[in-house]
Amino acid sequence: MAEVKAPPNYEIVIEPSRGWFRLRWDELWEYRDLLVILVQRDFISRYKQTLLGPLWHVLQPVVMTIVFAIVFGRIAGIPTDGIPTPLFYLCGLLAWNYFAQNITAGGATFISNAHIFGKVYFPRLIVPLSIVAANLVAFFLQTIPFALFFIYYKVTGDHAPEVQLTWRLLLLPLPLLHIAVLSLGISLLMSASTAKYRDLVHLNQFIIQLWMFATPIIYPISKIPEHWKWLIWANPMSVPVEAFRYILLGRGSLQVSEIVISVLVAIVSLFAGIAAFQKVEKTVVDSL
Amino acid sequence: MKPVVEVENLSKLYRLGGIGASSLRESLETLLGKKKTRPAPGASDARSGSDPNSFWALKDVSFSVNPGEVVGILGRNGAGKSTLLKILSRITEPTSGRAILRGRVVSLLEVGTGFHPELTGRENIFLNGAILGMKRAEIAAKFDEIVEFSEVGKFIDTPVKRYSSGMFVRLAFAVAAHLEPEILLIDEVLAVGDAGFQKKCLGKMDEVASQHGRTVFFVSHNIAAVSALCDNVILIEGGRCVMRDVPSKVISHYFSSILPEDQASDGQIFWSGDAKAPGNAEVSLRGLKLCGSAGVPQSTFEADEPFSVEIYFEIKQRLRGARFNLSFSTLEGEIAFVATDHIYQFENLEPGEYRSVCQVPGKLLNRRKYRVGLHFGIPGDRMLIDQADYLEVTIGGVGNQATIFPDQAWPGIVCPKIEWQVERFSGAFQPSKIG
Repeated sequence: MAEVKAPPNYEIVIEPSRGWFRLRWDELWEYRDLLVILVQRDFISRYKQTLLGPLWHVLQPVVMTIVFAIVFGRIAGIPTDGIPTPLFYLCGLLAWNYFAQNITAGGATFISNAHIFGKVYFPRLIVPLSIVAANLVAFFLQTIPFALFFIYYKVTGDHAPEVQLTWRLLLLPLPLLHIAVLSLGISLLMSASTAKYRDLVHLNQFIIQLWMFATPIIYPISKIPEHWKWLIWANPMSVPVEAFRYILLGRGSLQVSEIVISVLVAIVSLFAGIAAFQKVEKTVVDSL
Repeated sequence: MKPVVEVENLSKLYRLGGIGASSLRESLETLLGKKKTRPAPGASDARSGSDPNSFWALKDVSFSVNPGEVVGILGRNGAGKSTLLKILSRITEPTSGRAILRGRVVSLLEVGTGFHPELTGRENIFLNGAILGMKRAEIAAKFDEIVEFSEVGKFIDTPVKRYSSGMFVRLAFAVAAHLEPEILLIDEVLAVGDAGFQKKCLGKMDEVASQHGRTVFFVSHNIAAVSALCDNVILIEGGRCVMRDVPSKVISHYFSSILPEDQASDGQIFWSGDAKAPGNAEVSLRGLKLCGSAGVPQSTFEADEPFSVEIYFEIKQRLRGARFNLSFSTLEGEIAFVATDHIYQFENLEPGEYRSVCQVPGKLLNRRKYRVGLHFGIPGDRMLIDQADYLEVTIGGVGNQATIFPDQAWPGIVCPKIEWQVERFSGAFQPSKIG
């Protein structure tokens, strides 16, 4: 029988923590099985028991795309850079939905897990990490409608230069990782703030909605007046969304300086998020 | 051998203003100087810190525990035992001091933490085990044992939302019972499940401690379990560790300390004006008072102690044949007994102030809370003061059947002291002849 013994001289010291940053990688690694099981739990509870669960992730971007096509495409007449409208919107939503789902769930970490956190210790970071990992399942489900439209345009032969699978597809994990790091950082900041100020939950919902319109999802960057462009690049989600478009559809305006800054912002937000999260997690149970 | 747990001057300060989620507005107001001062309940006692809005839930608690010891933690609600357990479980940080735990720690502040209703029993075993800090391989190795212990059997692949609450608890405890930490922290988890399963759990705990040499911290109100399982007991009062000794000594000290604090609570009710006082134009209730031998109002009495109920009332118009009915009933509304002053009362009550005193004998009531109510009327004629409950009285102490479990109810609405005689009986039992 497999007996796993605790290492000898295993010692836990409990005392008021000092310093503002103390990431314990060894402890996170120790709890890696929990991370995997939480991802599994999420998968089972969201997809196994219901038919609508997985279907929702396919339908939601399609419905959004139809709405966008009518409101912004037809009525407002916003162009899509020569890319077929459904592909343009679906591509942006692919990136955006992963981000939005991460910060919606991750931003409520302390509130939705108050009960468990009040009863058991484990590194709290495991929870937002598991959310970012589990939402990858939803991400892959959302690639289905995109792929279907992609194949449709490929077969019908319109827009041939845009609808082209190239070696660039291999780069897709990079903007995905970029979004994962950024959304983890944002959700850590959000969960730290909502744990302390419960009323911020509503504000966060609002921020997520507004943020989408500030991100080039329903409009191409080429349509932004030159003197407003800095505003778009100030949004850390612009680069990964543009990168998605560049990789999947061959269109997108990206410069190295913008990419570097955006990646740095994501990393800084992650570290700031970890610091804020850890400051709150020490005694959050006392006030939840 | 090094102690497995060393606690040094562990203290925890709670800020009362911070209890409950604060709002952004409150913080901004504080920041801008419009100070929110929430009333701090009990902040005036000795535990309050220098800031009136804070208090020490734990103050300078120190002790050490050797490997294999089973230590009970006893204390009233709010004494700080849960706070101690939460700090040792690393759920919250201490304000100062420190604790060193040598070995893997598992804390069971409840069973089934994190159980997900949609997942099957099997999946929940892995989930719950992982939350409690087990590795997947460890859980897999113990899986069959866990299932067997839980008696869930063929339902192991059914989502736990379809389980009965008994099955749920059995499965949850089975996971907990098969953890193999060096240090186990347990809070009240044994207060679940049916009696048979509880016994099994206690047996398992005993086995864990005595045979596997693990250190167990056990916080419980179940004094019987504490005295049966623990090698020694730490008594916590007002956030301080006041005693550490063998279970029998600590338990008796604990009982003797239960009463005084409660005596501070009322045990009386008085009405100053006619407007609020129960009654009518003929009679008005002035007050009600529960007094023990000390003659001061109190609301808690030992089960074997007699006490009196004093009824103060004012007659405004001459009444004939009126009497009080005094009732003792449970919080659920079941009447324990009703006493009347009918045969003691004045035949004719002239206008004026009166007092009617009922002597409740000791060794009669059970260890529980009662509501004291009354009505006043003329039997067969009319009601003058309607039946209502006015006071609550708690009967505590050892109880008239000398049971030592304070939170375990002894059955019965009342519990009179009954004399027994047990003797060695020689000679065969013969039915007595009648006639």
